[in-house]
Amino acid sequence: MSDVKMRIWRGDKDGGEFENYSLKPQEGEVVLDVIHRIQATEAPDLACRWNCKAGKCGSCSAEINGKPRLLCMTRMDQLPEGEEVTVTPMRAFPIIRDLVSDVSYNFEKARQVPAFLPPPRPEGGYRMSQADVERGQEFRQCIECFMCQDVCHVIRDHEENKTNYAGPRLFIRYAELEMHPLDTNDRRDLVRDKMGLGMCNITKCCTEVCPEHIKITDNAIIPLKERVVDADFDPVAWLGRKILRRTKRTPAEASVQPEA
Amino acid sequence: MNDIEHHDYDVIVIGAGGAGLRAAIEAKQRGLRVALICKSLLGKAHTVMAEGGVAAAMGNVYEEDNWMVHFRDTMRGGKMLNHYRMAELHAKESPDRVHELEAWGALFDRTKDGKILQRDFGGHRYARLAHVGDRTGLELIRTLQQKAVSMDIDVFMECKVIRLLNGPDGSVTGAVAYWRPTGEFITFGSKAVVLATGGVGKSWKFTSNSWEGTGDGHAIAMWAGADLIDMECVQFHPTGMVWPLSVRGILVTEGVRGDGGVLRNSEGNRFMFDYTPDMFKAETADSEAEADRWYDDHTAGRRPPELLPRDEVARSINSEVKAGRGSPHGGVFLDIASRRSAEDIRKRLPSMYHQFMELAGVDITREAMEVGPTLHYIMGGVRVEPDSGSTSVPGLFAAGEVSGGMHGANRLGGNSLSDLLVFGRRAGMGAADYVEGGGGNDAKVDDLLVQHYMDEALEPFTREEGENPYTLQHDLQEMMQANVGIIRNGPELDEAIEQLEVLKERVQNIAVKGGRAYNPGWNLATDLPAMLTVSTCVALGARDRKESRGGQTREDFPKADPELGKVNFVQSQPSGGGFNGEIKIVPEPLPVMPDDLRAILEEAPK
Ligand SMILES: Cc1cc2nc3c(=O)[nH]c(=O)nc-3n(C[C@H](O)[C@H](O)[C@H](O)COP(=O)(O)OP(=O)(O)OC[C@H]3O[C@@H](n4cnc5c(N)ncnc54)[C@H](O)[C@@H]3O)c2cc1C
Ligand code: SF4
Ligand code: SF4
Ligand code: FES
Repeated sequence: MSDVKMRIWRGDKDGGEFENYSLKPQEGEVVLDVIHRIQATEAPDLACRWNCKAGKCGSCSAEINGKPRLLCMTRMDQLPEGEEVTVTPMRAFPIIRDLVSDVSYNFEKARQVPAFLPPPRPEGGYRMSQADVERGQEFRQCIECFMCQDVCHVIRDHEENKTNYAGPRLFIRYAELEMHPLDTNDRRDLVRDKMGLGMCNITKCCTEVCPEHIKITDNAIIPLKERVVDADFDPVAWLGRKILRRTKRTPAEASVQPEA
Repeated sequence: MNDIEHHDYDVIVIGAGGAGLRAAIEAKQRGLRVALICKSLLGKAHTVMAEGGVAAAMGNVYEEDNWMVHFRDTMRGGKMLNHYRMAELHAKESPDRVHELEAWGALFDRTKDGKILQRDFGGHRYARLAHVGDRTGLELIRTLQQKAVSMDIDVFMECKVIRLLNGPDGSVTGAVAYWRPTGEFITFGSKAVVLATGGVGKSWKFTSNSWEGTGDGHAIAMWAGADLIDMECVQFHPTGMVWPLSVRGILVTEGVRGDGGVLRNSEGNRFMFDYTPDMFKAETADSEAEADRWYDDHTAGRRPPELLPRDEVARSINSEVKAGRGSPHGGVFLDIASRRSAEDIRKRLPSMYHQFMELAGVDITREAMEVGPTLHYIMGGVRVEPDSGSTSVPGLFAAGEVSGGMHGANRLGGNSLSDLLVFGRRAGMGAADYVEGGGGNDAKVDDLLVQHYMDEALEPFTREEGENPYTLQHDLQEMMQANVGIIRNGPELDEAIEQLEVLKERVQNIAVKGGRAYNPGWNLATDLPAMLTVSTCVALGARDRKESRGGQTREDFPKADPELGKVNFVQSQPSGGGFNGEIKIVPEPLPVMPDDLRAILEEAPK
């Protein structure tokens, strides 16, 4: 087998350049393994994040050949053979060094989410059916890799949007709470007015990159948009749906337990 | 002085896995000023990787289950070396802690009647592990993280603590750390400190742990005057991936076996039937037919030997491979494909399916996995007072994997996540009580000491030429894997102790390149002293415990020694000296178990 050729962005917020590395390939390697080998030999100061090495923690997000990918889940033998592999940090966030970007924007938006608010725990504990928890469980698979945030054009192409746009990662969080069988906190006005749900124009790029295969647009953003409209824009739809379909639960409703 | 960033708090919590988060929440609920510090981003600690579940005797699947059965399972699994009071508190309180998570938004899998579903795991008599598919740790850490954030706890992420600070009376007064993104130092003055830094796995070659598992908490605690116990007791999880080499060690959850997966050798035999130890014979099936009946109804047969405690299974796999009956890449086969439908497997074990498909090109719904032991967990750790998590250093508390005693010589699967919740909360309470009682009121940060620790950390930059930290780490890992592995003996342990002294010399000659900002080479250089300290403790403990018990297996002393079963090996550094200091190791009698608890243990299994 021919050598693997890596082209890795090195630098910080003041600028940088690509550096080339060439190594012998090893069977079954992922991109992160190659980066670790470079660190251990030629470039001990090459910065990159990682923890689990198994697609579970969402630390190692970067861009491989221009596409957001987890470094630990991208096998070298699945990339075009013989071609150079270009690795760059996530583009939508400020750079710290090399492959590490400053993802604090996402943590700030998470801080703004009003907390989960269940009714008091009834005698014998909360009861929920598997079907009801499954909707939320889909969104709770999120490993916070922030690649959906990276790829969303509202953030990627418009730095100024960051103040009033929460992004797909947080939209699934709002959707999850909205669909949580026990939650009673109403966040619909907030998502619309302060979190910029309306700015999403359903391009589905977020869904395409999600390593957890969460259907971010179809299962979270679109239903969330419908519910938000329910709450406000369209009084007729609001009235109609209020009667026909359950929207946000009141504490009294939420404390009704499914039958044993 | 020093011109460095400084913060004052009532309580700082070092570590943001399950234990640290739970401790911080508790202290914050008491109205104290609390900071949470972690080496990685928030939400990326080992806790996020936990797969199978959290053990709590809620009795949702088997009504017969209760805290006494859980207590008994835990003590027997730990080969009776556990601190009885920790095992008792853990068994009694874990159901409340799991329910509490639910009140904070966690969504566990459900039973038909809408309660929390529980799954089978090794060493647990009844189906006891609350879970979310095979990503329970993610659910647990995210729930706690979201709770902590909603309480406005200050979080310092990518901030590595290098040393604890002591006052003139020995009590803890704060900590010195550096920001990884900038390499700038930061100091914390604090009345109380909770350590929740997790494990030590990174000192071995094949491990399920990430780069964070360097034993920082164990080491800085001992350097600051705390005692460590049972350090020889480390756990090799029986099922890590073995191929491709680059993923060797990555965990395959015990949930695979809990859900029906079986182990086979190259001849296709379920070899675990040949290895049931006497202690577990009465409750383990002796034929495949009996074992298979058990999965559907635990009263129709005894449990399959694949679900013996981890130390037994890991040793058995090791023996099969040594006897030449291993798989092509030096493991054995873990087969669930022939036992459960593809749909079931994908639903119950989605991340295992994903992991093998993507990393090994193996479809676990059609083929068997290749697995072998991987270093996973340390039972030993900082000696704590069970009810409050306090240590021998005033103001210093510890919880989670960094603390010792709860799991004895071997931990049962699922008992860690529950441990984090129960003792994280208790350490948070302990620290809050200490502060409210006036503890640490005149805690002051000693600037000279701070300067000294900073200089020490920066030393590798001062050398033009020297050791590459990665080479040193590699040599340490190879050495520990070879000499302090799953099966140990006297001469190899002596060799390890000698080699560790050589490595301690070499570590003082590390040279790092580049700047301080996000420099992994330098970061590793600052991890290595802790790795050497904990590795030495493990080797010393393993040398002195001349018997086989749980995670400690000596081929030169293959049996358990009843006398050694009555002692903990306690390690400390009475004359200080940091990673170069002399370590004292002494056996001390176990705390005496009250009669009512002893009676639970002696009851015949039902
Ligand atoms: C792959 C895997 C699967 C597992 N599955 C299960 C399971 O199914 N059930 C179960 O019960 N257990 C399981 N375990 C074990 C369990 O997950 C861990 O024992 C547990 O999560 C440890 O939690 P902790 O809070 O003590 O520490 P960790 O979660 O390890 O967190 C340690 C924290 O300390 C921080 N830290 C460390 N050093 C420093 C420093 N110097 N300065 C600042 N911060 C520092 C880290 O950044 C991190 O935030 C599993 C473990 C692994 C690795
Ligand atoms: S669908 Fe919406 S949130 Fe997702 S990438 Fe497109 S604009 Fe962004
Ligand atoms: S939703 Fe998917 S892509 Fe977005 S942060 Fe979560 S795991 Fe990553
Ligand atoms: S290292 Fe955890 S997702 Fe890649």
